Amino acid sequence: MRHILSILIENEAGALSRVAGLFSARAYNIESLSVAPTEDPTLSRMTVVTTGSDDVIEQITKQLNKLIEVVKVIDLNESDHIERELMLIKVRATGKDREEMKRMADIFRGRIIDVTEKTYTIELTGTGDKLNAFIEALDRAVILETVRTGASGIGRGERILKI
Amino acid sequence: MELSGAEIVVRCLQEEGVEYVFGYPGGAVLEIYDAIFRQEAFKHVLVRHEQAAVHAADAYSRSSNKVGVALVTSGPGATNAITGIATAYMDSVPLIVISGQVPTAAIGLDAFQEVDMVGCTRPCVKHNILVKDINDLAAAIKKAFYIATTGRPGPVVIDIPKDVTLKKAEFNYPSSVTMRSYTPITKGHPGQIKKAVNLLMDAKRPLVYIGGGAVLSNASAQVTELVRSLGLPCTNTLMGLGAYPGSDKQNLGMLGMHGTYEANLAMQYCDVLIAIGARFDDRVISVPSHFLSSPKKIVHIDIDPSSIAKRVKVDIPIVGNVRDVLDEMLNLLKQTNERPDPKALDAWWQQISEWRAPNSMFFQNSDEIIKPQYVVQTLYELTGGNAIVTSDVGQHQMWAAQYYKFDRPRQWINSGGLGTMGVGLPYAMGAKLANPDMDVCCITGEASIQMNIQELSTAKQYHTPVKIISLNNRYLGMVRQWQEFFYGNRYSESYMDALPDFVKLAEAYGHVGMRIERPADVEGALKEALAMKDRLVFMDFLTDQTENVFPMVQNGKGLNQMDLPPHMRNLQQVASSKERDYGNLS
Repeated sequence: MRHILSILIENEAGALSRVAGLFSARAYNIESLSVAPTEDPTLSRMTVVTTGSDDVIEQITKQLNKLIEVVKVIDLNESDHIERELMLIKVRATGKDREEMKRMADIFRGRIIDVTEKTYTIELTGTGDKLNAFIEALDRAVILETVRTGASGIGRGERILKI
Repeated sequence: MELSGAEIVVRCLQEEGVEYVFGYPGGAVLEIYDAIFRQEAFKHVLVRHEQAAVHAADAYSRSSNKVGVALVTSGPGATNAITGIATAYMDSVPLIVISGQVPTAAIGLDAFQEVDMVGCTRPCVKHNILVKDINDLAAAIKKAFYIATTGRPGPVVIDIPKDVTLKKAEFNYPSSVTMRSYTPITKGHPGQIKKAVNLLMDAKRPLVYIGGGAVLSNASAQVTELVRSLGLPCTNTLMGLGAYPGSDKQNLGMLGMHGTYEANLAMQYCDVLIAIGARFDDRVISVPSHFLSSPKKIVHIDIDPSSIAKRVKVDIPIVGNVRDVLDEMLNLLKQTNERPDPKALDAWWQQISEWRAPNSMFFQNSDEIIKPQYVVQTLYELTGGNAIVTSDVGQHQMWAAQYYKFDRPRQWINSGGLGTMGVGLPYAMGAKLANPDMDVCCITGEASIQMNIQELSTAKQYHTPVKIISLNNRYLGMVRQWQEFFYGNRYSESYMDALPDFVKLAEAYGHVGMRIERPADVEGALKEALAMKDRLVFMDFLTDQTENVFPMVQNGKGLNQMDLPPHMRNLQQVASSKERDYGNLS
């Protein structure tokens, strides 16, 4: 099953490679990973999307907790959460396609953030599924380039991950 | 006062009460070696290979409950140390390895003797640190000692660039460490401990399963009290040898791949299992599905939560220091008069006696050829069971574990987790330096000993008069055994031709060499060697080439499906019929 793990980790050189190394050394899978410092610059927040049985996820969580720099780990799947991913997608937009592309972006609540004579670059956020749906909705031939962040997740309501 | 980085390293080690540093100098650590030259608080042991430095530091720790320290240079010095680090990591030994690094300005530029030590060792250390700023040095070393020795112990690598050892800074050794991201648990959960005691009280066929964690946390007294006060049977892993007296009747002996018949069957058919600092390793329970085919309730006490429920489902997990948890359990037991049902326990013991009766450790001795088991047995008798025994890895290791009864913890030093050939001699040196008044015997094989035989030179220089007992069968014995069992006797590359004359080799290094070829000479030779208190004696026993280690649980089989020694082969079916009996009992 797909799980989204949220990790608070000391913002130190090499901390990321310890997490990545743990996954590869134990043959766990990382589907996506996003990391950045938090409001406290000494701490980074990491979101790892992974798949595995409950036993595997339990082992991953325990092994992550064993890393010296890891301060806290939670499995966001354990309760309601929100997740978002950002995609920048550069598409060919010429002639009558130009209007069509603008409409598509609007439907998906994307924003066109860069325009040239022949291209649009669209910024889109949402769940991975939504971003996939946008790609599906386009004609493959118009897509010039896509770039996506890993998912970021946060608990709904009062639930917070903090020291 | 301002000190150089090198002087800070030395001062920190002094503050930690370090007695020995095992190491090998080189370009990146010359400053540190110079600072060592100018002090007398601790001694440095110059090994002949960095791997041996780490092994010796490791055995120094295992045999004394202090922290082992090794010092190596950058690049090849550092990579040579990795086998030793991985060995200590697998067996949770508190160890500090200081490696030199090229100057900070040269890091990443493929400088001479540069290697990313933090990267190389990441998967096999508890933690590692590259100290780039001299102002962080003392605190980093303090942290390293703290991390290595608390929680589940393990090796910590401190990588220090050469320029950091040259720069100067005010020396302030922190008196304590607090880390928000590292707060190891010690006490177990009281509710869980209570549940465990209740479960034990209801047990009809209880078994205590003791692992290396009981040794590491110095819980031997508590384990012994628990087992004795309730009259329980117990078994131990290879790493748990000595945590409960090996010669005691309540001890069924080692379990697992080469465990005793009674220990393995008790493990398979018990109804309540108390696992103490043991982690259900594949060499212990083989495959979980077989092990769990007989229903049982499992209590698992371990300081490392990730060891719990890693291979088997556990009914009552207790995370905590084994000693603290057992103290709490014993307290609860003192407050209650409840005891496990004596009738059921009697019946269980009777069953165990039946399993024990055929003596799975019996071997057919010979007048013509030396049986390896006989050598270990004789060594046990002659040393009164009091020696510290180190072993290498292979058949001789299993015979050492089976035929030397360890009554005390930290008396048995071997590479259980990683199974590192070549540890035996450096282990013996480290153990001897930590315990100069004790007999230290290294049980090895002609193949294992050659993996670090250069340390005979170190042993001479630092006068570590250990006894090397080489069970020489001219084969990689365990490999040969597996080739016999699983590869139709195709002994691919397991035969060593052109062996050295070990007697002359020992003599070349300035030691005493002995070759023993006849069973009648075994006892006399061992006596003579043990009497030479201040000489290292290398004993080359030419042993039976065909001898195998029994019992054996083959990979993928259950603990009740052992290959038994020849005199027990007719018992093969007993185990499976008992399984049906217990189906009705429970």
